Amino acid sequence: MSEKVLMKGNEAIAEAALRSGCRHYFGYPITPQTELTAYMAKRLPKMEGGVFLQAESEISAINMVYGVAGTGKRVMTSSSSPGISLKQEGISYIAGSDLPAVIVNVQRGGPGLGGIQPSQSDYFQATKGGGHGDYHLIVLAPSSVQEMADLTSLAFDLADKYRCPAMLLADGTMGQMMEPVVLPEPKTGTVEKPWAVTGTQMKREHNIINSLYLSPEVLEKTNFERYKRYETIQEKEVRYESYLMDDADYCIVAFGIAARVAKNAITALRNQGLKVGLIRPITLWPFPSKAIREAADKVKGFVSVELSMGQMIEDVRLAEECRRPVLLCNRAGGMIPNVDMVISSINALKNQVEGGR
Amino acid sequence: MSLRRAEVSFRSYAFLWDMDMKRVTLFCGHYGSGKTNIAVNYALDLRSRGLEVTLADLDIVNPYFRSKDSTAELEKAKVKVIALPFANSSVDLPALPSEAYSLVQDRSRYAVLDIGGDDRGAYALGRFVPYILEENDYEMIYVVNFYRPLTETVDQALEVMGEIESACGLKFTSVINNSNLGAETTLDTVRKTADKVSELCRRSSLPLFATTAEKSIAEGDMMPLKLQKRPFEA
Repeated sequence: MSEKVLMKGNEAIAEAALRSGCRHYFGYPITPQTELTAYMAKRLPKMEGGVFLQAESEISAINMVYGVAGTGKRVMTSSSSPGISLKQEGISYIAGSDLPAVIVNVQRGGPGLGGIQPSQSDYFQATKGGGHGDYHLIVLAPSSVQEMADLTSLAFDLADKYRCPAMLLADGTMGQMMEPVVLPEPKTGTVEKPWAVTGTQMKREHNIINSLYLSPEVLEKTNFERYKRYETIQEKEVRYESYLMDDADYCIVAFGIAARVAKNAITALRNQGLKVGLIRPITLWPFPSKAIREAADKVKGFVSVELSMGQMIEDVRLAEECRRPVLLCNRAGGMIPNVDMVISSINALKNQVEGGR
Repeated sequence: MSLRRAEVSFRSYAFLWDMDMKRVTLFCGHYGSGKTNIAVNYALDLRSRGLEVTLADLDIVNPYFRSKDSTAELEKAKVKVIALPFANSSVDLPALPSEAYSLVQDRSRYAVLDIGGDDRGAYALGRFVPYILEENDYEMIYVVNFYRPLTETVDQALEVMGEIESACGLKFTSVINNSNLGAETTLDTVRKTADKVSELCRRSSLPLFATTAEKSIAEGDMMPLKLQKRPFEA
């Protein structure tokens, strides 16, 4: 095991990407993820086969990612909310061409140009498409600097395995905070990529990377085939943390920085005698619906803690199938819910549940 | 008005300053090496010895975690704070304050300069360098944390040091070993870096100004630091 180092979340993503065999990065700086771009600028030119390019725009960066992904090389881009919006067309093309790539969104407040403080308000964009057409991204939500590193490695592996783009959905606090981290051991992808455009050497048919299908029958077929793969992902790749759920009467659902606030609130609430637990989705897509559906049989209600106007709460409600009340505890625009707010929400839920009886 | 000279010996620090303190102290180093925390602590330390001190937040790199975060504490202690006009406004606009010239022109006060990380941060110093060189009463301290990934080795730390000197046109005069692992730091964490910082000092021909540690764990010669609280910490 390697020694611990002290890193910013953004740096941890960059170093983990390099250790996962990523030698191609294309991006455009934007606060609060710029350290990631700066780190790549410093490290990649010194590495064998390393290419760092600050593109003239986010649109151009994502299309460079599209190009390199077609060659089967591990490739990454990163940005923050407004920049990720600009990349959506390219992300849809990458998904439509069945290519692996890793996209990092260190979210900030929106909509529009918004602000530079942390947010989780790109949840819909990340998990419900963002770009046009029928597709999904695998969406991973780190909650510590250690997970920024670990989930970056996982994102590359899953993207290769399922031939689809994967997104790391972090936020400004995760990107900026410094914590000790054990970096993953260096490795490269082991997945064979016979589809990659690497030159035929006159020994095989041409591989073609494409998302254009003028025959609707063929385009429909590719969509159905892709959704078969999505079903496998939903079966096999759901990840979440279950925290103090065994005896819980109330369940908080929260990811990223909100989950850390929730854990502090749970400690305080348990000291007051209230049994509260947490389900922390680590994959936002595929969403841990089954875990929440099962929790709904045991708990009296849910609170969704979010740095948005309430986005994940829709998936919580879909998952628990209207069995229990689901309240929202939220701040938006770059503000973070605090422990007291979460405690108040649980008390409000308790009153609602007990008052209704 | 002439400068009231400090006649202090920092007995808590490894390097004994029985000589006169320099009027201008600059903290430079790798991004995230801990310059801001040290600058704030150092300014408060000078002030606690009854000296007139100005702390300047000249970080043009990072819009978060700045000296200005400690303005209330600094101003309560009567340390004058000069910050970028847009610091902590969420406007990511690295403009230098016009007031900053008073740092080099008003020689009646001690000046502590918190400079942004790496060579990119050090560029901001350029315009002040002719004044600093002319006065020739400065200490430029290289802050290093050997647990930061781009300054993990002595070679890497020397490389960053050289880049900063080239960018700003000033040479370092001493080194602070600020090696730490954040909340997981123990005395052992700090002690393990003693060999590295000795080698860094030997190869750069610079004296060790101090080795730091958070005040609850600092011992002996170490410079004790009170850490700034971060807004998202519960």
